[in-house]
Amino acid sequence: MAISQVAIPEVAPASAPHVVLGQKTARKKRVVGIGGWILRIGLAVLFLFPILFMFVSSLKPDQQIFGDLSSIAAFLPIGNISMDNYAAVFDRVPAARFLVNSIGISAITVIAGILVNSLAAFALSRMRVRGKTVILTLIIATLIVPFETLALPLVWWVNQLPSFELTELGFMFSKGWIDTYQVQIIPFVANAFSIYLFHQYFESIPKELDEAARMDGAGWFRIYRQVVMPLSGPAIATVAILTFLPAWNSYLWPLMVVQTEELRPVMVGVQYFFQLNVSWGEVMAYSTLITLPVVALFIAFQRSFVNSIASSGVKG
Amino acid sequence: MTSTIERPPAAPAAGRPARPSRPKRDRTSKTENLAGLAMLTPAVLLLALFIFVPAILAFGLAFTNARLISPYPATFVGLDNFVRLFADAAFFRALINVGYFALVVVPLQAGLALVMAILVNKKVRGTTFFRTVYFLPVVTSMVVVSLLWLFMYRQDGLINVIIDRVTFGLVTGPDWLNDTTTSMPAIILMSVWQGVGFHMIIWLSGLQTIPADLYEAADLDGVSPWQRFRYITWPGLSATRSLILVTITIQALSLFTQISVMTQGGPLNSTTTVVYEAVESGFAQQETGYASAISLVFFVIVLLISVVQRFLSREKA
Repeated sequence: MAISQVAIPEVAPASAPHVVLGQKTARKKRVVGIGGWILRIGLAVLFLFPILFMFVSSLKPDQQIFGDLSSIAAFLPIGNISMDNYAAVFDRVPAARFLVNSIGISAITVIAGILVNSLAAFALSRMRVRGKTVILTLIIATLIVPFETLALPLVWWVNQLPSFELTELGFMFSKGWIDTYQVQIIPFVANAFSIYLFHQYFESIPKELDEAARMDGAGWFRIYRQVVMPLSGPAIATVAILTFLPAWNSYLWPLMVVQTEELRPVMVGVQYFFQLNVSWGEVMAYSTLITLPVVALFIAFQRSFVNSIASSGVKG
Repeated sequence: MTSTIERPPAAPAAGRPARPSRPKRDRTSKTENLAGLAMLTPAVLLLALFIFVPAILAFGLAFTNARLISPYPATFVGLDNFVRLFADAAFFRALINVGYFALVVVPLQAGLALVMAILVNKKVRGTTFFRTVYFLPVVTSMVVVSLLWLFMYRQDGLINVIIDRVTFGLVTGPDWLNDTTTSMPAIILMSVWQGVGFHMIIWLSGLQTIPADLYEAADLDGVSPWQRFRYITWPGLSATRSLILVTITIQALSLFTQISVMTQGGPLNSTTTVVYEAVESGFAQQETGYASAISLVFFVIVLLISVVQRFLSREKA
């Protein structure tokens, strides 16, 4: 993971205040400055090295991982380097299937989430709907409930829901959503926080724009699609990231509701490595494999990631 | 979030059709109401189905003997689940454990995150690089982080090797996760490592709301870095502070993934948590009624703590 080689856009140049400082203050400032640099670099080492260790270990046979521990070699891809662990991972776990599942589940959750939540936010921000304030209050109220408290009643509940499949005989009804893709997607599409973020953003778009469009005879859905959404790029990016991360990382939920191997997402695959003999090189290879897509996205859309987390600070 | 939209030039009034007459307007507002409801329906329906219903169910099921898969319908058992819960030693152990975890993690993580935010808020070279590196564990899944640290915490693992090297063999590291005295501290250390970057970003967005001219004025007066922090930064962060307190607390009380991957509550229940107990009884033992009772108690605790925290931070502000 060559994080350090990534070209990083520099922040706006600092405008150094041209103030004549007293000798003492200047020295104090320099001491604080050096201390700051030691801290910055120390922390960077602390955060980077475990991840580097994971990646480097994934390339080594177990024996060498333990042999290298006592020297700096633990963090360097030297010695007997190969992709053997990765090959072994694909033998032990249906890793490709899990990756495809997770990509599909996350992508559908993100796309459906953007659509459903922005539509609701649009109606709440733009249109005169009866009972609007009550609906908005109820939606915001759901934010205080941590998912962990709902998870167990929700397992019982999805087990009671009707499920229909299209077979050769036509529609078939069956009971229970356990062991499906939909149980991993649909409960996470509507999200009060996404609605809230879209709502905040839509409020900042001048209403004169849709009035002008209405004068030209545009319907509400067209205003949503052609006026408001094209102007909402940052909000869409924020919601996409805040939906993608938990979808990709979900562990507790699929652990409980998915039993069939073919339907499992990547995080649950972790359990396969502790059944017989543990090969740490393989564990590190699988860990790297399921982390890489997120890290790649993070580096590509760094600014949006940071902005989306910053805006999640609005929550509460 | 600031809007960067340029307002279009106001449309000239001339040449436009006259304002619609009264009856037509009523008709538009009726269609507007209907169109709006149609747009709201998917989200409202899904939220009702997957948040409101399970929330109500948690209340209802907690007073029944419902099982996940059972040929018999659930029957009302009154307070039986709660009586059993408050007599359960593992549940009390779980409450103590999450209390301990939260009491250490909240100040530690919030404090370290603030230091980091101040460090990367300075406009020096490489700020974006440091920000990226500090944030890297946050985008790494807790499952992966748990696996990685499970490996590093081994008796012969990386951490003990480093301890041995740094102290020239004087200190032998413990078997972190298999020792009741070190298991929870080990989980705490790892959790702070993973989560601190998240709260750094939230502090950072708070720091950026403090007007720069306050600092410029302070520089003119030649104040010390500590005075800058004490009289400008700290008061300027009061809103962010209460927010961070509430989010870290709720996150800490919901501790689950690390436990499930690393210790399964052990050794000797020294790392079991409320959510872990709920999942064990509700999923592994399929006792939905009992698990709902645990969830309900947990929810009440979370709610009480966040209300108290809100109240306290409002008093001070």
